[in-house]
Amino acid sequence: MIHVNTKVNGDDVEFLCDPRETLLDALRDKLGLTGAKEGCGTGDCGACSVTMDGRLVCSCLVLGAEAEGKEIATVEGMAEGENLHILQEKFIEHAALQCGICTPGILVATKNLLEKHPEPTETQVRYWLAGNLCRCTGYDKIIRAVMETAADLRKAS
Amino acid sequence: MAFDETKTEDFKVVGQRVKRPDGVDKVTGKAKFGADAVAPGMLFAAIVRSPHAHARIVKIDTSKAEALSGVKGIVTRADFATGLTGGDLDVLENVMAGEKALYDGHAVAAVAATSQLVARDAAKLVEVEYEVLPHVTDVDKAMASDAPVIREGAADQSVPEGMHPNVVRYHESGHGDIEAGFAEADLVVEDSFKTEATHQGYIEPHACLAQLGGDNKGELWCCTQGHWNVQKLCAAMLGLETSQLRVTASEIGGGFGGKTAVFIEPVALALSRKTNRPVKLVMSRSEVFRATGPTASTSMDIKIGMKKDGTITAGQGTFRLQGGAFPGAPMEFTAMCAFAPYNLQNVKQVGYDVMANRPKQAAYRAPGSPMAAFAVESVIDELCKKLGLDPIEVRLKNASKQGTKASFGPTWDRIGLVETLEAAQSHPHYSAPLKEGQGRGISCGFWFNHGGETSVTLALSEDGTAQLSVGTPDIGGSRASMAQMAAEELGIPYENIRTTIADTATLGYNEVSHGSRVTYASGLATIKAARAAVKILCARAAAKWGIDEDAVVWENGCAKPSGPNAGEFDPLPIEKLTRSMGRTGGPIVGHFEATPEGAGVSFATHIVDAEVDKETGQTKVVRYTVVQDAGKAINPAYVEGQFQGGAAQGIGWALNEEYIYGEDGRLQNSVFLDYRIPVASDLPMIDTVIVEVPNPGHPYGVRGVGETSICPPLAAIANAVSNAAGVRLKELPMSPPRILAALEDQANNG
Ligand code: FES
Ligand code: FES
Repeated sequence: MIHVNTKVNGDDVEFLCDPRETLLDALRDKLGLTGAKEGCGTGDCGACSVTMDGRLVCSCLVLGAEAEGKEIATVEGMAEGENLHILQEKFIEHAALQCGICTPGILVATKNLLEKHPEPTETQVRYWLAGNLCRCTGYDKIIRAVMETAADLRKAS
Repeated sequence: MAFDETKTEDFKVVGQRVKRPDGVDKVTGKAKFGADAVAPGMLFAAIVRSPHAHARIVKIDTSKAEALSGVKGIVTRADFATGLTGGDLDVLENVMAGEKALYDGHAVAAVAATSQLVARDAAKLVEVEYEVLPHVTDVDKAMASDAPVIREGAADQSVPEGMHPNVVRYHESGHGDIEAGFAEADLVVEDSFKTEATHQGYIEPHACLAQLGGDNKGELWCCTQGHWNVQKLCAAMLGLETSQLRVTASEIGGGFGGKTAVFIEPVALALSRKTNRPVKLVMSRSEVFRATGPTASTSMDIKIGMKKDGTITAGQGTFRLQGGAFPGAPMEFTAMCAFAPYNLQNVKQVGYDVMANRPKQAAYRAPGSPMAAFAVESVIDELCKKLGLDPIEVRLKNASKQGTKASFGPTWDRIGLVETLEAAQSHPHYSAPLKEGQGRGISCGFWFNHGGETSVTLALSEDGTAQLSVGTPDIGGSRASMAQMAAEELGIPYENIRTTIADTATLGYNEVSHGSRVTYASGLATIKAARAAVKILCARAAAKWGIDEDAVVWENGCAKPSGPNAGEFDPLPIEKLTRSMGRTGGPIVGHFEATPEGAGVSFATHIVDAEVDKETGQTKVVRYTVVQDAGKAINPAYVEGQFQGGAAQGIGWALNEEYIYGEDGRLQNSVFLDYRIPVASDLPMIDTVIVEVPNPGHPYGVRGVGETSICPPLAAIANAVSNAAGVRLKELPMSPPRILAALEDQANNG
């Protein structure tokens, strides 16, 4: 077992993990953060998306041990207290989720997109999210929610 | 509003795009899906699966696995009930192989251990000795005289003499005189089509958490479309009394029909009983592909005759469906849906249910219908092209209407096919110019829709709010639409209703969430449960006022005196009546239990523009419009979502998705990298038009919408691609190699 010290959503945390265990399993099974989902375990669906030191990663492709000394952000850290992040609001408003299993990953990925590219085109959003599978929505309402969030954020700034 | 009245206008809450009640939980990561539950002392399980398509199981040696530290228990078929027959036996055979492994990925044993990693390691240590048998995975080959027999004696009496034992069921329907009909035609087109199996592709793998003690009392948490069905099947497979197993449905991460069956739940229960510990079992993605329900694959022959003016004189179809190693491919649905959109004097359809060494097919959104539409609508398109006719005009000319005798027997009540065709015809998409290399296709689609056993309870709280318990898992926002219907009836704000998906211990039986039945049947039950509560509220007011119960009406959340007493007393708002309910007769609860049968069929028309790169064979869908009859859209945003989701899945089926088997009978593409479902960059926005032709069988006119949306896309895209490429595509998916082959074939043969 490896002893890992890391920071998740701003909190210092530590856990013991098997050298083969993924960051996704560590988050879910060791820290009880089940917001990130396993849709494939092979880096193809994006349901497990988190950021590590600001970089968007599939946590199923990162080892738990690699989190040592890093800063991890998951969907659980998006809202501030009872105030939802604007992306979360827009997803609800636009019915951009049906079953919602892809939603945590897509929210984490889009937040990261908007931090890096505050004025994305529709094509940019579609390609950025090409690694996040959604089987329910056909993406239409997701793309609209993201585009509108970006526009609102620009207006606000 | 009286108990049986229908309401078609002046809606206050119904028809609004309200926010779903589970929205916050789902965007914050709090919602608990199948794999998100834990229990103290929980073990983790892994399943040992056959690497062979067809093999006799000679011996299973678990000694090495048992010796691994952390392993707590191993189960094989010997740990399940014996003496099952019929459908129950088939389910058990599929859940855990008996004498033979029938497909690549078939479960043969399972291990429970203290961690997921140990369980997986132990599964690899289970030694299974197989005697490999010849296999077959293709539908036409499985019917051929030299095909290996999957299982003797599986055929029922419907199968004609002389067929291979792999043909297990037969269907025939139609009316009129086919030959006379073809003789009347100016042109007859006959062609053959094939479609490969596809997977529902829900993003959440099957997952469950089971607890079963030696006293045979159990608790099961799982992601399922129907927990009463899980309860019934698991009880049978473990030899339990049904009522002693309580099943709770988790949030469900997509199902599309694929979560109407059981796979891992009985296994987890068996492991839990054996180890006396809670057991969590979660499938990997590749297990989902190898061992859970893909669709049937098909081979189809279609013959249609048409007059020069576009009148269809006769239609004939033969549909061979391969449904894996068990009976049940939905060939009768394929046959019945094939010509359903059309008013035909002469029609005949024949279906064969064929077994092969593949996983047992499971329902996938309008099971069987999309393939039928692909074949039939391709031939109609070809006829239109050859006769120089407009494809929508021809469909309008032949469209089924109220009073039409359907191709499979019934006479249609009020239906909305013509309305969808007219809306498609006048949509700007239909007349928009196409660019070089693009083609346009249209298609109609049909699905029966379903009612099914339903129980709903609505309990009023003392503050005048309501708790609504339904038993159909919410797979696409149904808690919102149920609350909207209850709010409409009670005359209280939508936010004042809390909808819960009740577990099997707290409501009567509810059939699975399938057949596009939830908004229709649970919706109808919700409305009737609310009306039952309103009746009690009115009675309490009447007693208070000392007037007749029938002289009280319910309006805007208040009881009001009516008739001769109108205006005599001040209206009594709901919260006044509920505050005093303990003293005026006790709790106020409305409930409704029934098997509603007026589901109301549904039709759609889709328009699609596709662009084909003739050099690479790559197709891009550039514009897509869905027009569908929803009867009455309770929450238009989620109706649109169903339209868009079905279209996107259809696009994947048409262009990309397929089960690829190797010579060895093993599935070659059991990960999302190789089984590629549409991603955001593959698709355009998907435009939607909601047509509302009320269903006479629902108090608000609702028709289910979930399934019909996947019926037209395969054909519409095939028609668009064929127009763009200049060659007819007859096999799905229309992947680049198939398009290139068709182009080359055409170049060689003219
Ligand atoms: S679970 Fe990590 S990408 Fe699918
Ligand atoms: S909402 Fe179900 S997978 Fe995206």
